[in-house]
Amino acid sequence: MTEPMGRPSARPAMAGYPPASSASLADVLERVLDKGIVIAGDIRINLLDIELLTVKLRILIASVDKAKEMGIDWWEHDPSLSSRGGDRSLAAENRRLRAELDALHRGGPGTGTAAGAETTGAPAARGPGTTGHDSPPGPAERRPPP
Amino acid sequence: MTARRDPPAGVPPGSAAQMLTYVYAVTPDVPPPVPGPVLTGVAGRPVGFLRLPGSGPVAFAVSTVPASKWNEHALRAHFEDLEWLQDTARAHHRVVESLAARTTVLPMRMATLYDSRARALEALAGQAETFAVQLARLSGRTEYGVKIYMSPVADAPAPADTDTGPGRAYLQARRVRQRTLQEHYGQAQVAADRIAEAGRRWADGHACHPVQSGPLTAGTAEENVLNDAYLVAVDRAAQFRAAVEDAARHLPGVRLEVTGPWAPYSFAAPSTPPPEP
Repeated sequence: MTEPMGRPSARPAMAGYPPASSASLADVLERVLDKGIVIAGDIRINLLDIELLTVKLRILIASVDKAKEMGIDWWEHDPSLSSRGGDRSLAAENRRLRAELDALHRGGPGTGTAAGAETTGAPAARGPGTTGHDSPPGPAERRPPP
Repeated sequence: MTARRDPPAGVPPGSAAQMLTYVYAVTPDVPPPVPGPVLTGVAGRPVGFLRLPGSGPVAFAVSTVPASKWNEHALRAHFEDLEWLQDTARAHHRVVESLAARTTVLPMRMATLYDSRARALEALAGQAETFAVQLARLSGRTEYGVKIYMSPVADAPAPADTDTGPGRAYLQARRVRQRTLQEHYGQAQVAADRIAEAGRRWADGHACHPVQSGPLTAGTAEENVLNDAYLVAVDRAAQFRAAVEDAARHLPGVRLEVTGPWAPYSFAAPSTPPPEP
């Protein structure tokens, strides 16, 4: 059903132009990763991930400012892209969960406190006990984010 | 990034026996073999063709790749590895380009994989008619990339009039700077208009890409202000190129870059609006 194929010796459509190897990596990535037809394969990074990957790769090629203009700034919270991102989001989550726990312990509604704590600036969270990524996750941290 | 998935059951880690089918592109038929070394694709694997039984209207250009290195988990890790990404993207592109030199191709996005040849054939059979329509639309056409680069704006000379006070001098300098910028980017607009005119005259399709300014394209002082792709019939390519290359005439701050011919990556998706009559 499959047939071997040789490298073409003549390239009528490409004659006179530089070969693919001279194309810039940015141009090749732009086309191979971001363009081309997308069909459902069996081994696939799910659709959401494909979108995220596309944006992630676009950052290599196009500007961050442009992506921000489009309202896409998730990478700022992505630990693989921002050295501060993981720390910051974990710290924020830790802070939010602690506030929720406090509210529960007090037995009151306490949602105002939790929401207030969530908006605290990141530098304030860098104290001991809030760098959650170094400590084993407590029971509260297994709760899915809202 | 998002919820993690477990590796597919039944695929022992590191098993080389299990092979997946990697699809590069759709072609209208199986191009006749040509003499020379066998074309290799991703991971150095030879490239072959899958076609529908009873010679259907379309074929897949494929390689088989080891599942251990191409399953979802492996891919997720690989996509973070720029070296792997570069090698794989270039290998994918090399195959697509070699095919495009001989026949019409519908390039797939990188990393389209099936569990088996049978599964790939099912996908081919299910979309054969759509593929055939898109291939017919792209037949005899190639893609060109057109970019406009601007040289950095030269700093305006200090105002000659030294009698003015510091406030006035500042405002004057600001006005000069603003005018310089307007003139500078006005040149880019002129070039862009000329390119658009060339496109209307000679091309069958137009796609805008985001301008390139990321880490991969850093290192040049020039600023990319336009990054478009045009779908052009092979027999009008020379006229299109000539018209585009002429677009920077008498515009000293502007540099044009035309790349291609490319396989029609930017026009492969069915969502591309049909070419204007």
